[in-house]
Amino acid sequence: MTIMSIEEIKDLSSRIRRTIIEAAHDAGNQGVHIGGALSMADILAVLYGEFMNYDIHNPLDESRDRLVLSKGHDCLGLYAALAEVGFITKQELKDNYLQDGGFLPTHPVKCVEKGIECSSGSLGMGLGFAIGEALAMKMKKIDNHIFVIMGDGECDEGSGWEAFIAAKQYKLDNIVLFIDKNGLQSDGAVADIMPINLAGALRELGWHVIEANGHNVEDLYKATRQAVSNTDAPTVIIAETVKGKGVSFMENNNAWHHGHLSEEQYEQAIKEISDGNQ
Amino acid sequence: MEINKVKVRTWSMLGERRTFGTMMDVYAPEMDKVFVMSGDLLTSSGLDRFVRNNPDKFLSAGISEQNMVGIASGLAANGYKPFITSFSPFITGRVYDQVRMHLGYMHHDVKLVGLAAGIGVGIQGNSHFGLDDVALMRAVPGMVIVEPADCTEVVKAVKAIYDYDGPVYLRLIGEAGAPVVNHADYDFEIGKAITLREGKDVAIVAAGTMVYQSLEAAKLLAENGIECKVINMHTIKPIDTVTLDAIADYKLVVAIEEANVVGGLGSAMAEYYVQQAKCPKMMIMGVNDCFPKAGKYNYMLRELELDAEGIAKRIEEKLNE
Repeated sequence: MTIMSIEEIKDLSSRIRRTIIEAAHDAGNQGVHIGGALSMADILAVLYGEFMNYDIHNPLDESRDRLVLSKGHDCLGLYAALAEVGFITKQELKDNYLQDGGFLPTHPVKCVEKGIECSSGSLGMGLGFAIGEALAMKMKKIDNHIFVIMGDGECDEGSGWEAFIAAKQYKLDNIVLFIDKNGLQSDGAVADIMPINLAGALRELGWHVIEANGHNVEDLYKATRQAVSNTDAPTVIIAETVKGKGVSFMENNNAWHHGHLSEEQYEQAIKEISDGNQ
Repeated sequence: MEINKVKVRTWSMLGERRTFGTMMDVYAPEMDKVFVMSGDLLTSSGLDRFVRNNPDKFLSAGISEQNMVGIASGLAANGYKPFITSFSPFITGRVYDQVRMHLGYMHHDVKLVGLAAGIGVGIQGNSHFGLDDVALMRAVPGMVIVEPADCTEVVKAVKAIYDYDGPVYLRLIGEAGAPVVNHADYDFEIGKAITLREGKDVAIVAAGTMVYQSLEAAKLLAENGIECKVINMHTIKPIDTVTLDAIADYKLVVAIEEANVVGGLGSAMAEYYVQQAKCPKMMIMGVNDCFPKAGKYNYMLRELELDAEGIAKRIEEKLNE
């Protein structure tokens, strides 16, 4: 585990964003899910920088905290975080991300040795898997946390709701779910396609509900600190985010749900991230 | 475990699914990694005693089979061996994508226990029939499919699939008061078919309830001078190709299954045979790609010509073609 100051977490966010853009650029003309990777970069930084207990030299340690990325299509964000904290090298990222036969395709493939806990990409499945992990940890009397990241669009899936109900019924206070609420899904605005009052619904289902600014590291830090100390029920942190956060021409522009960067766009994106456009 | 006449009779009266639940309780002390879940079908799975004796090893998923597969996968990722139960269409078809991702793609060691597969629930109708379950589970890479021929074989299979490391679909079939195929103890090995009767004219390869019906059909055919070999193909995937090779010279090989003929046991055999130098003439008997009209089990077997008389008649007709 790394203990970071707020400034260091902010720096990690920025490095994750930069690696996302670089990897997307390295992928050439292949389309990449960029927007939703950028929207969860600060969540990833707070988890890997501060709260998650992991050891890159002992990745199979049973007592490790786990991160289950349920919104699998945005795994470029996860890959970037894993590269920044050392589970994978930058060279491995370059050699494998979207490369023929590589271990880092568009949707993640379980590889615990490299910090990838679960194959995902078929939406609405991460939380159910996390429930199984959380139950296993309770039975083994391991005091740790299973973190999950879902998208707000992903919450359309019925299987997610089965899991919302069950996680509360089983009193899994070792689950902390982040909903990366960037307000956009593949075909447009969540508010137009299938609006859900997530905070209200999850509160009604008995979850601890915390609403946070998903790009304010202090806010996310406080929310997560609270979440890991909650008992008797799982906690959801509904993180208000901006799809494409950190790159002006991508922000709230759903063309960047899945797209590729021109040289000019790449240079501008890198410059904006370096300048700390938060 | 000792197998004797009284036990065989008792299991037969229980039927396959209650035998399954009973054996989970019996084997529990030696299955230290086991964890059981059910989609609100604890009693239908015969698990009451297991739950009473092992309250920490059972969790109800409620009526949410998709979530149950995900939870089981998370448990399996951490060293447990979950057995999860529901009616066969719900533990295969309803959850197919979860099974594909968790048991297929991640190859997590979860045992899917499908209750009342085939047409065993009779008058309840097609919503509860498990006819496409075999085809679906065969399509998942790395999946093992075990379909016991009778309750004695359920007893053997439960232990065998626990000991096996990897995903398994256990296809439980037939009614309570099931006919007995195996009256005494025998060797059961996943992937190794069992020859139950020798005969030189026709080779019948059957699974589940159809093993008993095939043995009865063979008796009827013997009266007309037709000698049938009868093979219990209790493991549909991976299929026992050594046994299939050994019967490739027969003038007729018959596959019989209580399932849709599309993608099931017969398909698995045909897929194998057409790629071999010697491809025997085959018949595939099962439910002919339809939603059969509901009725009592024995009525349906007759209507579908999957009872001994129907099977014998169709084989004789084929030989006379």
